Amino acid sequence: MTTVTRRAAHVARRGLGGLAVLWAAATIAYAALLLAPGDTVDAIIGDGLDTPRIRAEIIAEWGLDRPEIVQYLDYLGRLLHGDLGRSYLLQRGVGEVLASQLPSTAALAVAAALTGVTLALALALVTAGRRTAFRSRLRALTGTAELVAVSVPPFLIGIVLLSVFSFRLGWFPVAGDRGLASLVLPALALGIPVAGVLGQVLREGLERAVEEPFALTARSRGITERALVARHALRHALLPAVTLTGWFTGLLLGGAVIVEAVYGRPGIGQIAVQAVDSRDMPVVMAVILFSAVVYVVVSSLVDLAYLVVDPRLRESR
Amino acid sequence: MSLVTVEDLRVGFPRAGVRAVRGIGLTVGAGECVAIVGESGSGKSVTARSLVGLPGPGAEVTAARFEIGGRDALRFGERDWRRVRGGFAGLVLQDALVSLDPLRRVGDEIAEVLATHDVVPRAGRARRAAELLASVGVPEPETRARQYPHQLSGGLRQRALIASALAADPPLIIADEPTTALDVTVQAQVLALLAARKAEGTALLMISHDLAVVASIADRVLVMKDGVVVEEGPTGRVLAAPGHDYTRTLLAAVPSAASRGTRLSAIAAGGVALRTPLPPREARGTEPILSADRLTASYGSRRLVDEVSLEVRQGETVGIVGESGSGKTTVARLLLGLLEPASGEVRLRGERWSGVPERRRRRSRTAIQLISQNPLDSFDPRYTVGRLVAEPLTALPRHRRRDRVSELLDRVGLDGDVAARHPRALSGGQRQRVAIARALAPRPDILVCDEPVSALDVSIQAQVLDLLAEIQAADGTSLVFISHDLGVVHHVSDRVVVMRGGRVVEEGHVDEVFFMPREDYTRDLLAAVPTLGRTPGRTPG
Repeated sequence: MTTVTRRAAHVARRGLGGLAVLWAAATIAYAALLLAPGDTVDAIIGDGLDTPRIRAEIIAEWGLDRPEIVQYLDYLGRLLHGDLGRSYLLQRGVGEVLASQLPSTAALAVAAALTGVTLALALALVTAGRRTAFRSRLRALTGTAELVAVSVPPFLIGIVLLSVFSFRLGWFPVAGDRGLASLVLPALALGIPVAGVLGQVLREGLERAVEEPFALTARSRGITERALVARHALRHALLPAVTLTGWFTGLLLGGAVIVEAVYGRPGIGQIAVQAVDSRDMPVVMAVILFSAVVYVVVSSLVDLAYLVVDPRLRESR
Repeated sequence: MSLVTVEDLRVGFPRAGVRAVRGIGLTVGAGECVAIVGESGSGKSVTARSLVGLPGPGAEVTAARFEIGGRDALRFGERDWRRVRGGFAGLVLQDALVSLDPLRRVGDEIAEVLATHDVVPRAGRARRAAELLASVGVPEPETRARQYPHQLSGGLRQRALIASALAADPPLIIADEPTTALDVTVQAQVLALLAARKAEGTALLMISHDLAVVASIADRVLVMKDGVVVEEGPTGRVLAAPGHDYTRTLLAAVPSAASRGTRLSAIAAGGVALRTPLPPREARGTEPILSADRLTASYGSRRLVDEVSLEVRQGETVGIVGESGSGKTTVARLLLGLLEPASGEVRLRGERWSGVPERRRRRSRTAIQLISQNPLDSFDPRYTVGRLVAEPLTALPRHRRRDRVSELLDRVGLDGDVAARHPRALSGGQRQRVAIARALAPRPDILVCDEPVSALDVSIQAQVLDLLAEIQAADGTSLVFISHDLGVVHHVSDRVVVMRGGRVVEEGHVDEVFFMPREDYTRDLLAAVPTLGRTPGRTPG
């Protein structure tokens, strides 16, 4: 096989794998929601008028009298055409509902990721390197800070930030999504735990890398410690950090739900909570599928990132 | 004028409570090669690194006199040291696979020196890097410069590492075990490359555990032990007429044709090191106890072993020599029944050993045991030594195992209290003894030794080889001895098989093959081996 066909085969395999993950996610979620207590018709009626006639109309309109397997297959078929269905509660297309909430969540996730990565890098770079008395103390301090950041849940960080910077100092708005100022505290609340773990992993990686034999060679060329870290060690430290990206995507998705609630921000998290609460099945399904898509995309990107960082993995085995 | 002058250099690591170098003196002049020889822990590497201001974290360096390039290095700040590193002294370390940054292109590694010392402007660096690669004999330098270390062979990698040390044209090269991980022919090429630099006037400080490597290139030798220089002088004099007992012991420990049948771990006393004879071995059977008939093994489309046949008789040692990739280890795996041959047959004690179900093989597995290069890899890290050695003793009732374990440990020269310790806490030589004890536990007929002493210091290697010889004499065990070291193979083997590219090039009685080789390849291999007898005065060219 030539390299090109091998690569094409690899991409095709990955694509199929991704589709399988999506299908599994959709199916398991569907089954779980079927098994959950409560009646779909009740969910669709919500607080509306509840008469036998309306119930019958709803059953007819949504096709709820069909066997479950048929409903499931019908759902899959519509999914294939990109139709996510209609929200029971909002009486709007689920796609539309998601699309309206996505930018806010994406902004939060990206801002939080950037905050986390920047903080982690800054801490790791400042504390890694030749041991001096000052660095040792700084390292002990950041070590403690990281431990706190990792062990305190995002909602608590969010509440503390709110009470200090919004209520006491009044620097940032308390709630809502109005411009950059309202993004700062939520991004910090979500980014700090990320920075905690990532910072630890990066620093450990840097410390290991500067002890490796190649680091001695690099030093023997007369380069500065800073150049050693920037040109050599950082790349080695990135490898374990890249592995964490999957975990950290999960943290951002899960954390977004809570942080959006704490800060009263619109977003996928808010929608998901509402939908689960009111058994709005199409929306719940869509949120689950959305997470699955994000995971598939992220894990593919992670695999690519490995190849970029480590040339030893590029050789096709 | 000497480039480096050091008097009473002391390097300590107070936090670890280690005094690595305890007062040594050293001078290196232009066009001169000075070698520091010693075993692990002698302080030779720390000395070398101290000369470029990189003794290691937490080190304290003091000296009565410490001059680098005529300047007082005791007053050097970090900036001065950085100018010395790469600019005044190029450092070449062992094993370029880990000594070059595995994530960066070879050309970038060389260009880093060019940039740091401002040798050539940015635009010219890639071209200069390729030129440097060409100058150390790397073919297709432009292509190689764009490759990563793992894409190059061991020899090319080491050349690339040397090219990066030479990039700023330093007057001094410090080479710390520059050929240790290399095959003999590649080692010879790398040594020739260093010798050529020396001939052009570059000073060379060479650190090695291998007296023979040093013999071919060094003008002066310093023998180090426990942080002090026990002996120094012109290479020819030190090797031919050593003045210190430690040097004598070291020299006596080097296995060669001349050392056959004698103990390598000689006790030097009263000015001479006497090798005592080993116990004679039992008469051998005529029937082969292990035989391989036209074995073939492939990996994908690559043929690893091609039509290899060999026979091992009782009490006999068959050596297998060859360079890396020659198929030695694959043959070992075929003989051990760990790998099924694609064609051909292995017979053990007259019975079929290959091509039979594992169920039938299991019964005879105890008859053939492996001793590998790095025993730590084959030990369960959670097991104590006692448990490791007891592991094969399943046939024995539980209460008798403990006795057998201490008996085995005693045989390999280990104290009984080692049984309670973990292999990690042992030295390399002790670990190899544990591996031998474990291999002996099921009373095997055959020991397959795959580079058993390659990771050990020469004096420890001597002890392990002596131990194997004693066991063989007492038990009549057969040995298959695989090594890249021709001296070791000549010392231990009765017959030898020379392999190349998966094929047997030549085989026969070890003296015949090594003294009167029929094949060119064997001749090349033997010619590449550095020997103690060859000093710079006597090398042609």
